[in-house]
Amino acid sequence: MALPKIKETATETRLAALSLPEGGWSEPARRAALARVQSSGLPDRRDEYWKFTRPDVLVGPDAPHAKALETDEGELFDSFDRLKIVFVDGVFDAQASDDLKLEGVSIERLAEIADQDIHWARDLYGTLEERAQTPVARPLAALNTAFAPDGVVIRVTGKPSKPISVVYHHVAEDSDPMLHHVIRVESGAEATILENGPAGARFSKCMEIDIADGGKLHHIRSQGRDHERSAVTHIFARLGAESSFKSFTMTVNGHLTRNEAVVELTGDDAIVHIAGACVGDGDFLHDDTIFITHDALNCESRQVFKKVLRNGAVGVFQGKILVKEGAQKTDGYQLSQALMLDGDSQFLAKPELEIYADDVACSHGCTSGEIDETALFYLRSRGVPEDRAADLLTLAFLAEAVDEIEDQAIAEDIVSRLENWLSRRR
Amino acid sequence: MTALDHSQVKEGVDQDTVDAVREVGSTYKHGWSTDIEMEYAPKGLTHDIVRLISEKNEEPEWMTEWRLGAYDRWLKMVEPDWAMVDYPKIDFQDQYYYARPKSMMVKPKSLDEVDPKLLATYEKLGIPLREQAILAGVEGAEGAPAEGRKVAVDAVFDSVSLGTTFQDDLKKAGVIFCSISDAIRDYPDLVKKYLGTVVPVSDNYYATLNSAVFSDGSFVYVPPGVRCPMELSTYFRINAENTGQFERTLIIADKGSYVSYLEGCTAPKRDEAQLHAAVVEIIVEEDAEVKYSTVQNWYPGDEDGKGGIYNFVTKRADCRGDRSKVMWTQVETGAAVTWKYPSCILRGDDSQGEFYSIAITNNWQQADTGTKMIHLGKNTKSRIVSKGISAGQAQNTYRGLVSMHPKAKNARNFTQCDSLLIGSKCGAHAIPYIEAKNNSARVEHEATTSKVDENQLFYCRSRGMDEEEAVALVVNGFCKDVLQALPMEFAMEAQQLVAISLEGSVG
Repeated sequence: MALPKIKETATETRLAALSLPEGGWSEPARRAALARVQSSGLPDRRDEYWKFTRPDVLVGPDAPHAKALETDEGELFDSFDRLKIVFVDGVFDAQASDDLKLEGVSIERLAEIADQDIHWARDLYGTLEERAQTPVARPLAALNTAFAPDGVVIRVTGKPSKPISVVYHHVAEDSDPMLHHVIRVESGAEATILENGPAGARFSKCMEIDIADGGKLHHIRSQGRDHERSAVTHIFARLGAESSFKSFTMTVNGHLTRNEAVVELTGDDAIVHIAGACVGDGDFLHDDTIFITHDALNCESRQVFKKVLRNGAVGVFQGKILVKEGAQKTDGYQLSQALMLDGDSQFLAKPELEIYADDVACSHGCTSGEIDETALFYLRSRGVPEDRAADLLTLAFLAEAVDEIEDQAIAEDIVSRLENWLSRRR
Repeated sequence: MTALDHSQVKEGVDQDTVDAVREVGSTYKHGWSTDIEMEYAPKGLTHDIVRLISEKNEEPEWMTEWRLGAYDRWLKMVEPDWAMVDYPKIDFQDQYYYARPKSMMVKPKSLDEVDPKLLATYEKLGIPLREQAILAGVEGAEGAPAEGRKVAVDAVFDSVSLGTTFQDDLKKAGVIFCSISDAIRDYPDLVKKYLGTVVPVSDNYYATLNSAVFSDGSFVYVPPGVRCPMELSTYFRINAENTGQFERTLIIADKGSYVSYLEGCTAPKRDEAQLHAAVVEIIVEEDAEVKYSTVQNWYPGDEDGKGGIYNFVTKRADCRGDRSKVMWTQVETGAAVTWKYPSCILRGDDSQGEFYSIAITNNWQQADTGTKMIHLGKNTKSRIVSKGISAGQAQNTYRGLVSMHPKAKNARNFTQCDSLLIGSKCGAHAIPYIEAKNNSARVEHEATTSKVDENQLFYCRSRGMDEEEAVALVVNGFCKDVLQALPMEFAMEAQQLVAISLEGSVG
């Protein structure tokens, strides 16, 4: 079907501002992705999948200007031993980065391996993104596959001794970076990936993750607290038998954030947990869009999302569990909750279940409301000042999502950031 | 019902439930047809057909214009495809839009003058068209005092209303209950004032089609302060082949009034699918209350998915006044395709909306049903309880919206939707939309059986039950409550359904 004129024009305008990296093994995948963008067109507010979030700032030819936040708050994860890979406005910073050598893992950069004729990543690059284009088109991900000039390409073969940490700095007010990461966790291997930082004025990122049987990946990210930045990120994960993928995201501030995660459980007994805690004040829209497909026996999926909103902040949750025919003994859980600290904020949600197997346990819960007056009264009656009591209850609300992080030290670091946000209110 | 017999039922689903679902879906008892001479409008849909329907109903000019306006809009609309239902494209030109028994060409003055064949049809269906107190088929009703069990019935056969019982009794109380075609002639001011104000002409594709071609349906007006002395009921029967039924119902409960309204429907077994697109509008003024109960039992098609009714229905209640209340109860067992979302606009402060639904799909049936609760007023409350049961190759979807507007301070919503799958070839889906636009509004959407009333659970557990037993008891108890709340008219259907338990259900 032909695209509506307005969508076609918007898509063409955006494409005209970009140039596709040519040559090397990735070019066919990039050209195929470009064709996907052209056939579905870039999203606009008429699209059902963007019902709650206007994609305009993500789609326009230029990134809206966004100032980098100056703060004396130390960098997240600084106190941990980690292998650092630094991008400044999407450009690799070799000086600030560590040597990309670590036992049990091979780390390369997409830009460096681009002109090779053959590379293992060829089987993955754009593949999981393409699989995720049905039943719902995700044109911004295809756009990223086609044009992202760089990213990290990681193959985990053992159990590296420290986490791999990707840091995204934001300096230029008009930066518009795109990064595309490819991660393959081999059978029985295990690694932790950390990500933090705002990355740019407008950031687009894709992460394709393929976890072989028995592989494990932990993923913890923080999206940086610049007020004006916008970001669209996609995680595409495919899980083999008895593998596990656990991902947690903290989002503090930002004008617009759309985080999509598309996970396919293709091997029996696989486990996926996706969690998020976000806090926003004022000009803030945060959108978690999750699509989990159960296509094997006895798999477990768990989604836990908590949003604290104030001063007109908007929280969006679109979550879906699809249980395919034959995916018996599935255990699917989905929780999305919003705590609104004042009358101007909004929470918009669409928690979906689509189930074609009869021996499954799937549940979802979705709530929205304000701080529990009774709990507040109780704390005050014990001598806790009102502000402090409200903060305590807010942290307790967020705790259920933060608890999804297995590493206690990292979880504590995250909690301290959330506490800071509460005390300064932005 | 071979689909059920051959499917493996997983452990934990009790046999009574399976049997009850089998019973509901196995033999369609109302699949016979009445052989009667019919008068049809020519096949297809044009401006002339719309004019013809209006003419047959002896409508005033303003009504004809209203219909034509709707038809023009419909021509520009696109058939929606967002529902999780899949059916062959409907050829809207291959349908009859008007069919009435020849014997109804001259409208009978009372039911005594109606063709006995038609009356026999309703008798066979168990619908009392004589002004009798006894409900056919309800055990124990014979001995019941006549006063207690009166039900006024409006019988709609294909495109026309045959007549309405107990009109005199109702008139004494000031209640108007008649067919919508009579109301357009006899109470044009009321109809003009309210028609299309809850479901606007261009609300959606099927509602717009209905606005252009609706043939008959019921009209209810309950004046201020009146508690309607008996239950009102409309029974819709599709009989003719290749004929769409487009009913239109308008219920107005004026200040401080109360009315309970029932709706039933059946159709003969036919190989060709038939179209049914209805619109129901309810206006609830200050302190008024309306109970609307439906047992939808259209022909569901055969075991191979051949035939059946396509049921595209727009039902909406507007709680305009403060402290007004509306309660939708629906038991959906029939129709090949159901597309139906009885909704509440909670405009008045402290108004309440409730939606209780049990949808059972079997063989190749597809149901996409649910509700919308639009909270506009302060302290408005809504409750949604939806139970979906799917067997055979059927697909059962709950689709709902709970919207809390910025001014709906202290509004409350509680939603619970459970589904049960019997067999491994069917599907159960939930697509809820939640829009909370102020912080004092509380929205709770649960699709687990663990979140039943904590106090009841605690009580059961303190009496030695384990958690699972306690949950099952409370959920079952609740399910039965909904069914037992159905008026006596539906006691037969309800009795069949109470055996269904929701153990082993998925959210």
